[in-house]
Amino acid sequence: MNSLILSVGARFLTGLFLLFSLFVLLRGHNSPGGGFIGGLIGAAGFVLYSFAAGVEDARRALRVDPRAIGVWGMAIAVLSGLASALASLDPFTGLWLILEDLALSTVLVFDIGVYLAVFGAILTLVFALEETV
Amino acid sequence: MLDGASDGAGRMLGYAASILAALILVGMALMAPAVVDDRPVLFALDWAPSLGISLAFMVDGLSLIFGLLISGIGSLIFLYATGYMGDHPQFGRFVLFLFAFMVSMLGLVLARDLITLFLFWELTSITSYLLIGFDHDNPRARRNALQAMLVTAGGGLALLAGFILIGTAAGGYDLAQILTGPGLQDSSLYGPILVLVLLGAFTKSAQFPFHFWLPNAMAAPTPVSAYLHSATMVKAGVYLLARLHPALGGTLAWSVALTTAGAITAVLASVLAMRQSDLKQALAYTTLMALGTITMLLAGAHPYALTAAVTFLIVHSLYKASLFMVVGAVDHGTGTREVAQLGGLGRAMPLTALAAVLACASMAGLPPMIGWIGKELIYAGAETMTGAPLVAAAAVAANALMFAVAGIIALRPFFGAPITTPHHPHEAPWQMLAGPVILALGGLVVGVLAQPLLGSVIGSALTGSLLQDRAAGLHLWAGFNRAFVLSLLTFTLGIMLYLMRARFAALVDPVLRRLPSLDDGWDRVLDGLRVLAAWQTRMLQTGRLTAYLMAVFAVVALALGLTIIRGRPEIAVELPRSAFLWLTAIFTAAGAVLALNTHSRIAAIAGIGTVGIGVAVIFIYAGAPDVATTQLMVETLSAVMFAIAALRLPGITERRSPRRQMAHGVVAVTTGLCVTVIILSVTASPLDRSITSYFEENSYALAHGLNIVNVVLVDFRAFDTFGELIVVLLASFGAYAVLKRKRKAGP
Repeated sequence: MNSLILSVGARFLTGLFLLFSLFVLLRGHNSPGGGFIGGLIGAAGFVLYSFAAGVEDARRALRVDPRAIGVWGMAIAVLSGLASALASLDPFTGLWLILEDLALSTVLVFDIGVYLAVFGAILTLVFALEETV
Repeated sequence: MLDGASDGAGRMLGYAASILAALILVGMALMAPAVVDDRPVLFALDWAPSLGISLAFMVDGLSLIFGLLISGIGSLIFLYATGYMGDHPQFGRFVLFLFAFMVSMLGLVLARDLITLFLFWELTSITSYLLIGFDHDNPRARRNALQAMLVTAGGGLALLAGFILIGTAAGGYDLAQILTGPGLQDSSLYGPILVLVLLGAFTKSAQFPFHFWLPNAMAAPTPVSAYLHSATMVKAGVYLLARLHPALGGTLAWSVALTTAGAITAVLASVLAMRQSDLKQALAYTTLMALGTITMLLAGAHPYALTAAVTFLIVHSLYKASLFMVVGAVDHGTGTREVAQLGGLGRAMPLTALAAVLACASMAGLPPMIGWIGKELIYAGAETMTGAPLVAAAAVAANALMFAVAGIIALRPFFGAPITTPHHPHEAPWQMLAGPVILALGGLVVGVLAQPLLGSVIGSALTGSLLQDRAAGLHLWAGFNRAFVLSLLTFTLGIMLYLMRARFAALVDPVLRRLPSLDDGWDRVLDGLRVLAAWQTRMLQTGRLTAYLMAVFAVVALALGLTIIRGRPEIAVELPRSAFLWLTAIFTAAGAVLALNTHSRIAAIAGIGTVGIGVAVIFIYAGAPDVATTQLMVETLSAVMFAIAALRLPGITERRSPRRQMAHGVVAVTTGLCVTVIILSVTASPLDRSITSYFEENSYALAHGLNIVNVVLVDFRAFDTFGELIVVLLASFGAYAVLKRKRKAGP
């Protein structure tokens, strides 16, 4: 698409989308948000970029094949679910490490996996559609 | 590592498998004293207790005999295979398949639970498929492997149905319970059970009219033929018949079905065996003959007939495995298996010749081999059966033909004037000699020492497994009785047949040629299935999205409509007072109207998008920001995807006939109405808040999260989320594959 406004705007917007998606991902546990929504927002950012600059540029900017991102997301989700086995708990039981203000958990890792899987899946589909149709 | 093990690692694997099998043999043998003492060895693990299924095993007389044969012959076969094809680049794979088969077969004969038995039954079909098709570059091998699998696995399905009926009739799948119970002969389900079980057993043991797959299975490497298609797998069918004999046997239907199928198979196969020029094919048909004879004997209910069946089973496994290995050694040493091209090999291959002569003596039923005792018992057993004269006649005919075939296999390749063979004949390596020689000598030893060696085990199979009050004795000299006379008659006929085999050929060949070929019939059935499948695919899978959507929505409308009509749910219509909601509703409906009436695709997409956004707004109003955001994002992305595809297409023009338009309209409106009514009725009924309140109470306490939706997604219901991730990824990868494939296929 040859639109000056779009191509200039997209450069800023994509970054904003990504930043916002991470924000949504991290705040998810206590406020509206989470990995699923975050993944969708992040993917939307790159979709916008691919409209503005073309799929090839978008792929290059992403650096990693979206399929690999999706599979990695899945792997992270599995590993976070199996981590509880180390503590002899049922799979997908959350483990928490709470330090003063900071709460770390396998649940957050799982949500990151969700984010990546959704992000990868959507971009795989959209890029392939744009390249093919 | 499994492939390309040509550096000796493959051979090591073969030896290791052989030793493992030998260890299993020793283990089984150690259980023998307890089993003979009428204390079967039991082992069970719960599998699906809610269905009454357990992974249960039992070693009793019958399974002990099978277990010993499977592990003992298996050990020799692994050794043989190492000599026969140890330098094959995929030998590692071969050993793996063969070992998997051995374990499946052991599981089958040791299973005490019917479902466990079925599981291993199917595993033997699958491993057999892999082994027959081992030479996978050869289309003939692939075709025959598939045929064997479809026939035996098809029978397996019938068997599963039969087992489930047995479970219903007997109140459980535990064999020990079923067999010691009152029997199923008087059950109202007996008819269907019998038909289904016999279908399973006859396909597996290649009984007429399902016998055609077995000769074709000879496409497998010779060690496989020796093991699966003579000594073990094909015996699974007769094992099952013997195993279920106490529960199903003894009726007229049982007797008639087994006698007929067994007798036809035995006689037809032995005639065909005489007419084979390839030694391996000849052996394949003699295997059919043996299976037919055992099936025929299992029709009986007298201890003599059943002792004969069990004894002949052992006899046959010993000599047949030995002979197959002999034929492989001959093939290996000379380069051919054609009878006409072989002769005078005895000098070059003395040990092979020794094994061949001993094994054939057992096959011909000559004293003092175990084969002689087996044949005497067959005749003694035949006398006790329903339709004794016919059974005895069939047995004599089959045995006489067997005698002649044994003569052909033992004498023609090894004696007489030497014939020039493709390779200069040489003896096989020791690995390939151990098996045939040990098994052939075994036939001699257990012949001479039959009662002390086998008497107690066979006795335990008869009294413990087949629930007879006694077993017949195993004696080389049982007195001058009718069986002895029939044996003499068999020898006379056999010698005549051997000497006049040319005239016999001239006599039977025209008849055989006129018989319809079941093998060709099989191909025609498969072709028919393919045509049917293509037709129904064309009918159901039109490839038109409209047709699929129509089907989906019509089913939804029908299901919901029927539910509404039958349930007459209460509906509470409460009109909202908020002007904001009314505006949103009008906005949403306007989007739908736009999508329906425009000729521009972009406008249609915008219309549908409007509907989605309207719904998201309602979610926000109802206090569900997470759901609303997700809805908004999904709506945006799907609008993008629609747009990418749709903008390349021409504008929307109406090409449907008015009737079709009408039908679409009816389905759409009905679906919409039904969904509306259901939702209104849901809101009218009181909400069960127990789950919601659990989440509300524990979201922070247990999961340290304030956003319940997210806590449910990543903690309480994380496994569900994980399942959804798999779906999302698979869907996108599937679409990716389809899109990329199309691009390659297109210009």
